[in-house]
Amino acid sequence: MAIEFKTPGIIATQSQMAQMVAEQVMRPISRSFDEHEHDIPWDYINALWPIMRQNPLFGANDTKKSQASDGDDAAGDKPKRAPIGNMLMVHLIEALSWGDAGIYLTTPGGALGGAAVAAAGTPEQKDRFLARFTESEEPVWGAMAMTEPQAGSDTSAIRTTAVRDGDEWVLNGEKIYCTGGRLALQESKGLVVVWATVDPTAGRAGMKAFVVEAGTPGMTITKLEHKMGIRASDTAAILFDNCRIPLSNVLGSAEVQTASNAANAPKGFKGAMKTFDATRPAVAASALGIARATLELLREKLLEAGIELRDDVPYHEMSAIERDFLDLEAQHRAAWLLTQRAAWQMDMGQPNTVEASECKVKAGEAATIITQKAVEMLGPLGYSREWLFEKWMRDAKINDIFEGTGQINRLIIARRILGFSSRELK
Amino acid sequence: MISFSPTEEQSLIVDTLKRYAKDRLREIFREADEDGEIPADVLRKGWELGLVGSSIPEEYAGFGELSAVTGALALEELGWGDLATALALSAPATFALAILVAGTEEQKQTWLPQFSEETLPPLTAALLEPQMLFNPRKLSTTATRKGDSYVLSGVKAYVPLASNAEHVLVYANESDTTQAFIVPTSAAGVTVGEREKLMGVRALELSRITLENVEVPATAKLGGEAGIDFGIIHARSQVALAALAVGVARGAYEYALDYARNRQTFGEAIGQRQSIAFMLAEMLVEIDGTRMMTWEAAWKLDNGEPAIRAALLAKHQADKMVLMVTDRAVQILGGHGYIREFPVELWLRNARGFATFDGLALV
Repeated sequence: MAIEFKTPGIIATQSQMAQMVAEQVMRPISRSFDEHEHDIPWDYINALWPIMRQNPLFGANDTKKSQASDGDDAAGDKPKRAPIGNMLMVHLIEALSWGDAGIYLTTPGGALGGAAVAAAGTPEQKDRFLARFTESEEPVWGAMAMTEPQAGSDTSAIRTTAVRDGDEWVLNGEKIYCTGGRLALQESKGLVVVWATVDPTAGRAGMKAFVVEAGTPGMTITKLEHKMGIRASDTAAILFDNCRIPLSNVLGSAEVQTASNAANAPKGFKGAMKTFDATRPAVAASALGIARATLELLREKLLEAGIELRDDVPYHEMSAIERDFLDLEAQHRAAWLLTQRAAWQMDMGQPNTVEASECKVKAGEAATIITQKAVEMLGPLGYSREWLFEKWMRDAKINDIFEGTGQINRLIIARRILGFSSRELK
Repeated sequence: MISFSPTEEQSLIVDTLKRYAKDRLREIFREADEDGEIPADVLRKGWELGLVGSSIPEEYAGFGELSAVTGALALEELGWGDLATALALSAPATFALAILVAGTEEQKQTWLPQFSEETLPPLTAALLEPQMLFNPRKLSTTATRKGDSYVLSGVKAYVPLASNAEHVLVYANESDTTQAFIVPTSAAGVTVGEREKLMGVRALELSRITLENVEVPATAKLGGEAGIDFGIIHARSQVALAALAVGVARGAYEYALDYARNRQTFGEAIGQRQSIAFMLAEMLVEIDGTRMMTWEAAWKLDNGEPAIRAALLAKHQADKMVLMVTDRAVQILGGHGYIREFPVELWLRNARGFATFDGLALV
């Protein structure tokens, strides 16, 4: 090992392909799908499905078939190389989000639901639930349903219940803000991973994740949200009314964790929480795709206006615009390198909870600041819907909110570095 | 490959420097700052670690090769220990590495072997000038060709270890480019002036040097007739300073973290409150982000990739970051932070210097 920043050939090639898709398939429809919320970008989806079946974005290191490794040629009998699945994932998400972050979220595949199954599922569950994401002829989506009207960052406030009845679990409750819920449950034979409590008195220890497949009676989509940005992606509310699923659809152990048996139950809530270690860098990467799009076009527009961005003058000789741009570029770079570090750690099998939150904090903030500043710097042209800057600003903001707000991620970092429990540091 | 773990050899160097920083530098840094002097044995010990020698290839009597990444790793540890000593140990490096990167074969043969000797060679470099709007690409010190010589005139500021220096690599303006000249301090017209009185790095001897029509042979020009591409030297300085800043910041962060964990108010540790805890989380994010940018710029230098913008970005980020982190460390310690019995005020004073310290270190 060494400290290196050379993008491996396989990642460079695939990123270029993703960038081509972003330019030629996503950008031409970007504005239109922003203006027509809840339309589904089928052309993009159908173009991507054959590729995503072969190379799922999420859980890439968990399915043998798609195990990516550093090297340009097929693995064959050659010695094992370092896995790069997560590094590849953040690069592809970054490139697709450069095209359009809302449309990127409609990319067919397991998404967060698939990632949770891959991280916390048994081999039997992986076979049963994940096969569709590589074998189906039609595009399929997975989704994650965690948030409830009264339970956002505080997942222990979740009220959706799962009650055992013979060979089944019976789910009751209301989920909101489920990204891609409609695609997973109405538009395909997908699945949603639902968080519910098996013991409302047990707090977080009673919380389990359940896989509910599309078409299961008792599950209905009741609403699609109208949002500030990422409008091409649906955000669904789902009602569970005596929704029955097989007993074997609980991810990890069905036992309520107590202090005495916690050590024997590594999966379940904690197991699925581990998916955040991979999905936070993924969200960071999406944020940074928007940020790069913004910086690139901003640079182009400034150059057209005759404003140079010099790197051979001291700070005190730079114009205010040069200073602003330098600062935005630096924030972007720091965030992107932190994101790559967190992905690399995942690939190396190193613990990365702190670093995953670090990149999410930095990327969420950087993308927000960069896109907001660009609108300001470009004046009446930045604010106009003729260009995409204002859309990028609206799209970027979600990245500081979903998959853990900037504040929740600060809390996660702080607890770890200070060594305080969630009770000690609220 | 994209990867973030140092080689085994680099890890060994880092471990050695961690020990030196903890056992030697952290023992003396406060007293050295108060006394305005780095103990000679600490400096000697630091030199014996062979950081400069290990950057120089065997053909010039060294025992390694130049690596900006290794340099960045090493400087972070020294910066963590004590910035003043780190800059003192960097003074000969600013001479040596400039020769190694931009010198003619003859200059390398002449000068580089000295850096593998056991004692700190009396060689340093002078880039800064006493001006508010200092611009390293538009120096006021001039170099004018006169037959087979150059004539140098001007005032250089913040020259490290100048009083003992026998030769100084003086950066000067020749026809609107920045060039460097090896100037003996014994030459007619060279005056090593008073020591600078500064806000921080007070243990480090930094002095002014005045050059009045100082004549040096044309062969004293770094890189010979063609001269140097100052951009690369400057980028190497920016990366070195960024690495030192990461080290200073990490030291302040660790101290504040420990304090926040233990300091009790209103019945609990101050770190149990988000106002303090979030500050610490943000400090870590900024330190780590800056370190990655520094490594990336260093890696580009090592691999001959365009590195000017990356070095500028890393330095810009480092300047802001180190001030933010050390200021917050003082803030987290409250009243204690302001008292000289605690280290954080010293680190804040040192941190403010990074925006000014152009040319005081190289990788």
